[in-house]
Amino acid sequence: MGKVAPVLVVLVILTTLWYGAALAMNWDQAQTLADDDAGWTDVATAALTLERPLLPTPDQVVGEMIRGVFGYNVVSSRSLLFHAGVTAWAASLGFMVALIAGMTLAIGIVHIRTLDRALMPWLIVSQAVPVLAIAPMVVVVLGNIGLTGVTPKALIAGWLSFFPITTGMVKGLRSSDPMRRDLLRTYSATGTQVFMKLRWPDSMAFLFPAMKVAAPLALVGAIVAELPTGAQAGLGARLLTGSYYGHTPQIWAALFMAAILAMLAVAAVDGAQALLVRARGGRL
Amino acid sequence: MTTMLLIASLAVGGSALVLLARDERPAFRAATPVVFGGLVLWLWQVVCTGYGVPEVLLPPPSRIGAAIIGHLPTLGQDFQQTFLRAVIPGWLIGCASGLLAAIALDASPFLRRGVLPLSSLVSAMPIVGIAPIMVMWFSFDWQSKAAVVVVMTFFPMLVNAAAGIGQTGAMEADLMRSYGAGYARTLLKLRLPSALPFVFNALKLNATLALIGAIVAEFFGTPIVGMGFRISTEAARLNLDVVWAEIVMAALAGSLSFALLTLVERVVTFWHPSFR
Repeated sequence: MGKVAPVLVVLVILTTLWYGAALAMNWDQAQTLADDDAGWTDVATAALTLERPLLPTPDQVVGEMIRGVFGYNVVSSRSLLFHAGVTAWAASLGFMVALIAGMTLAIGIVHIRTLDRALMPWLIVSQAVPVLAIAPMVVVVLGNIGLTGVTPKALIAGWLSFFPITTGMVKGLRSSDPMRRDLLRTYSATGTQVFMKLRWPDSMAFLFPAMKVAAPLALVGAIVAELPTGAQAGLGARLLTGSYYGHTPQIWAALFMAAILAMLAVAAVDGAQALLVRARGGRL
Repeated sequence: MTTMLLIASLAVGGSALVLLARDERPAFRAATPVVFGGLVLWLWQVVCTGYGVPEVLLPPPSRIGAAIIGHLPTLGQDFQQTFLRAVIPGWLIGCASGLLAAIALDASPFLRRGVLPLSSLVSAMPIVGIAPIMVMWFSFDWQSKAAVVVVMTFFPMLVNAAAGIGQTGAMEADLMRSYGAGYARTLLKLRLPSALPFVFNALKLNATLALIGAIVAEFFGTPIVGMGFRISTEAARLNLDVVWAEIVMAALAGSLSFALLTLVERVVTFWHPSFR
């Protein structure tokens, strides 16, 4: 209870502020639409129930989400779950690619000195580069050679989540206690044995935090990759059509859906970590 | 012919890299990534021109260089619109308000326990998605992009600064109390300085986030200038050399701001163990 109460209080404050802001921002539009003899209560009610408000109220957003999730068949293009699924599929494909590629590269960097010296500085620089900017180009170019649909989206999602996984994994593979490495050397362990019994297990404590950073990034990549081509499906497409037609509740619903997906992704990483911790008898 | 040139360059470049990487002298250590970058650019050029890769797929580096020089005025305008008008003000406002909010939260443990879990939740969300909403609220021009940047940079700064302020050692706090220092003085002389490494961490993280936010926000509507606008329209028109030129500009802007912040960090937090 000690943890939940403050969060609840803050949430209540935020919701109240949100309603206040909705009232203030939608007031003008409601007044223009209202009759001349409408009292201020009528205008206020109208301001909170507009069809295309500047700021939809929380109940409008939640209503739009419930309608989107339960109102339509899951395969219908009007279902929010359908769009969330399209984006989540691309993001998780990309995340898998990034996981495999990032781990492979990290293992190479840790074991091959040339790779370490040549690549590591570029990997560090790449964290300061807005890699997302390449998304429109990748989508267009791949579309040009006939690759459309999930492939370009997954590639961009993977490209984005690749960097944190690689750097985290490199750090993790190097985090082993030197004493233990020495101990293994006294056992005359081979490089493979040191890797399997020491480096790899130790790297997990760094891999999971890196995955927690990378998973939402994959989602961002998938969403942004849906923007440039005016994709028909996916949360990015919902954001785009919502902003074209000024249908604000749709934008907010897509946004909250994306947030829920991000939370689910982080929760999935947490779950995998908990499983691993249990399998290892209580420590990561 | 091209294949032979390719194999020869790979062999020469590869062995040069292996030799360089073996050397422990600082100059050689620094040269390795530079040589690697040069090798990649050279191979890229050889493959593109040698095998006649169409420019709508991948323009060679020489074309990109030519595009940078040829479109310098346009690139300058885009840089001004996106970086100077949207990224820098948005980053400053977002980081400053995040820091102030962290200080304000520090005074109320109850609010802190409520806000911080929510903030770290928000930090992990795809915030760029608010771009269409901001475009609707703050017009097509740079104001909406700056607003996206403010929202994107606020939460990482809040979370990091709050963690930094919260981790002041009990010993130091006791010492300040024995000096008879009040809340304001303790904050100014002890807690904020000791939070600085965290604050700089957020500043650097936010520099990249701000650039991404401004560029992506331009995909949702903008006047006909700006890096994100140029990238998306020229990509649609298959002028990939211009797109690459913009990407090079964005990468330069990002890494230079990062380097500048790292430099400032070294000067300001010279006492931190990682720089001693």
